[in-house]
Amino acid sequence: MSQETTAHHDDHDHHPTGIARWLFTTNHKEIGTLYLVFSLIMFLIGGAMALVIRAELFAPGLQLVNPEFFNQMTTMHALVMIFGAVMPAFVGLANWMVPLMIGAPDMALPRMNNWSFWILPFAFTLLLATLFMPSGAPASGWTLYPPLSLQGGNSLAFVILAIHLMGISSIMGAINIIATILNMRAPGMTLLRMPLFIWTWLITAFLLIAVMPVLAGAVTMLLTDRFFGTSFFDAAGGGDPVLYHHIFWFFGHPEVYIMILPAFGIVSEIIPTFSRKRLFGYTSMVYATASIAFLSFIVWAHHMFTVGMPLGAMLFFMYATMLIAVPTGVKIFNWISTMWRGSMTFETPMLFALGFLVLFTIGGFSGLMLAIVPADFQYHDSYFVVAHFHYVLVTGSVFAIMAGVYYWLPKWTGYMYDEKLGKIHFWWSTIWVNVLFFPQHYLGLAGMPRRIPDYAVQFTEFNMISSIGGFMFGFGQLLFVYIIWKCARGGEKATAQVWEGARGLEWTVPSPAPLHTFDTPPVVDDSVAVHKDNLS
Amino acid sequence: MKRTNELIVALAVMAVIIVITWGLFAVGDNMPRGVTPFSKDVYQLHNLILGIVTVAGVLVFTAMFTSIIVHRKSKGYEPAKFTHSTKAEIIWTAIPVLILVAMAIPSTVVLIDMEDTGGAEMNIKVTGYQWLWKYDYLEDDVSFYSAMDRESNRARQIGSGIDPRTVENYLLEVDNRMVVPVNTRIRLLLTADDVIHSWWVPELGWKRDAIPGTVNEAWTYIEEEGVYRGQCAELCGKDHGFMPIVVEAVSREEYDAWVAEQREETARVAHEAARLWTREELMDHGANVYQAQCAACHQADGSGLEPAFPALARDGAPTGELREHMEIVLHGREGTAMTGFGERLQPQDIAAALTYTRNAWSNGDGEVVQPSTIAELDQG
Repeated sequence: MSQETTAHHDDHDHHPTGIARWLFTTNHKEIGTLYLVFSLIMFLIGGAMALVIRAELFAPGLQLVNPEFFNQMTTMHALVMIFGAVMPAFVGLANWMVPLMIGAPDMALPRMNNWSFWILPFAFTLLLATLFMPSGAPASGWTLYPPLSLQGGNSLAFVILAIHLMGISSIMGAINIIATILNMRAPGMTLLRMPLFIWTWLITAFLLIAVMPVLAGAVTMLLTDRFFGTSFFDAAGGGDPVLYHHIFWFFGHPEVYIMILPAFGIVSEIIPTFSRKRLFGYTSMVYATASIAFLSFIVWAHHMFTVGMPLGAMLFFMYATMLIAVPTGVKIFNWISTMWRGSMTFETPMLFALGFLVLFTIGGFSGLMLAIVPADFQYHDSYFVVAHFHYVLVTGSVFAIMAGVYYWLPKWTGYMYDEKLGKIHFWWSTIWVNVLFFPQHYLGLAGMPRRIPDYAVQFTEFNMISSIGGFMFGFGQLLFVYIIWKCARGGEKATAQVWEGARGLEWTVPSPAPLHTFDTPPVVDDSVAVHKDNLS
Repeated sequence: MKRTNELIVALAVMAVIIVITWGLFAVGDNMPRGVTPFSKDVYQLHNLILGIVTVAGVLVFTAMFTSIIVHRKSKGYEPAKFTHSTKAEIIWTAIPVLILVAMAIPSTVVLIDMEDTGGAEMNIKVTGYQWLWKYDYLEDDVSFYSAMDRESNRARQIGSGIDPRTVENYLLEVDNRMVVPVNTRIRLLLTADDVIHSWWVPELGWKRDAIPGTVNEAWTYIEEEGVYRGQCAELCGKDHGFMPIVVEAVSREEYDAWVAEQREETARVAHEAARLWTREELMDHGANVYQAQCAACHQADGSGLEPAFPALARDGAPTGELREHMEIVLHGREGTAMTGFGERLQPQDIAAALTYTRNAWSNGDGEVVQPSTIAELDQG
């Protein structure tokens, strides 16, 4: 057995080239790259859809698209960004970094790893193809609420199959990450010595396994309601449309944290590095992450306070939701304490991490406001909600992903990215993203509902400002693409250490990281561990 | 030495953050205070929570930016070694919990009040349709549909050439307003006929979903006379953005007069349904009904929006069997966006629309459908 393994291992040096190399690769670094490139393409496609939305909303009246296509854009923008951009970006980062950070030679299940990536291009081909079908893309919002979603044409079947494929891909990715983290850590890399990025991904992977099947169940019921004559969600047949809300959001709320917990992990790696100080309160950070994950299962109905629930249910979901502010607050305080009396420098990854810290906090505060049921009767389904979730998803998740990309890019390519351009990218993005999303708070409070293609004239000014911000922010992201492209092609050679204050196993291997690392596992003790805590 | 430094910077940072925050409050809109006891409670609650998170935000950002400004490598700052403090962790777990409790108490009180729908003096059933509302006044026996007004509807079409700024209350005006008396406890029963809608008038302080197969309850008590506007808040398809809500709150006397007027109108409509109509009358009325009810999907020239909304000119249902055509218009077509209009429109409206579509756009064979035919069919 061991001989076979060795023989097989030697074969790696003669792996296929060209397109076959990428199609058949089982290497975690190559698959990580595939995920990240895929995610970047989806980010641009989803962004283009957002620009269609913002262009139509620049002025009152319908100028560019009809309402049906507008609804297709809001629906597809969300599906592409959530399942195509944010989630694959995190899986790509996990593929690249989990083995490097825990001292493993590769992911535990390399062939499955290949498959879980290569499902995605097919899933998104199916999803995006609906745009060109006679019945058009789904137009009922990414939540696909029945009965509206059942009114659409046959393209719904394509969307549901695409969602199933994405779910399969996510579950396989999650299984792989759990198997890798639990089984393949280097000697001495105890659970409480793991970098926080590893911890947050471990917890995220469990969330994925728990809730992706729930989504699969929900959309399968939609499928049978639409095509096979069942009436799970059809009141006329004894079903209940609100049942779908409950099932969907039982998936949907943990899904929100699937998109933010790895971001917490990235930021927890970057802030200590550029503060030249170990992470403050490591153990409490781990517990806070686990608490948030637990709470995510018992707050789903706060997405649907207006469906008419019993008083007791509303009170329970309000209190449980408010409770999330506690572990989230602990995280914010710990990050600030990490910075406090550190010796900070402000390279691009740190700038994005700090941008995350400030702007995610704003999104957290508006989230707390949304938890207050009586006030939510006003905020719900208004632009206030749109502002809230874009603060946590764009300046939260996406900023953290960008921070992570800048942080680890020199390790991936072996070259330093252009620091000056990186800083321009940060400041450009931060200014315009606020011009884009902050006025939407005002619009919501003033009474503008979300998902409308046209609006009453009193909403004109803030919509114009928001659209200008949207276009500037959107086109600014081409700079990000250019910086990555430039860095992949060359530049100043990166050292193994890359960042002066960086700790952790990924910085002990050369830059660029060779295709095979940690063939012999490193030995980890407190001096190598990224984080140390008096409690652990 | 270092400590003073931090304190001075912190005060300066806090001042800057307060000015920025003040500016953000000054330039933007806040939630309307509204005209009901509940909306005023919600407004106060909103301001309270917004105040608390603003103070928390100022403190957190002050600490953050003080650190960013002071603890820099470029200022020769040596990193400290501390990594943990149980005391700090306990404090910043406990204090937020206390603040949350302080928020939860008033929220709970307001919510309990909102959810008590008893003691209603009148009941109005609100039904959402794609894309208009129906109001049934249960005690006063008044019932009507309320759709977006024509002027907005014309202006909102792509390439209409009408500047929305020239249309009064663009997208926020209806043909028939929901008229209610002030200082009356009104219970609203919300439901929907096709998909989920949500009834939202910000000045009343709440929104609630109108869901097919379910009746949701809410109540209001309007304290000031006036016209209050809102919109459907739950995505309900193509024209989700075009189903406004207008509530007109009037004195008790005006309300009673309005009810009397509505009843007269109902009697007149019933009379109209029973008599024989001429072809010209049906064509004229049919053109209006078609514009208001059908043109959004099937288009003014009957060309439709394939494939979701079929064309009616030349080879659509109006050129086929009358019986089948009637059936579709009255009861809708399962699995499509075509809903039944039998409930929604008067027999003369349906008869006129049928006559119109069977004769317009060179479909014509001079066929006339009488209101009495529809009424009989609807009964059977």
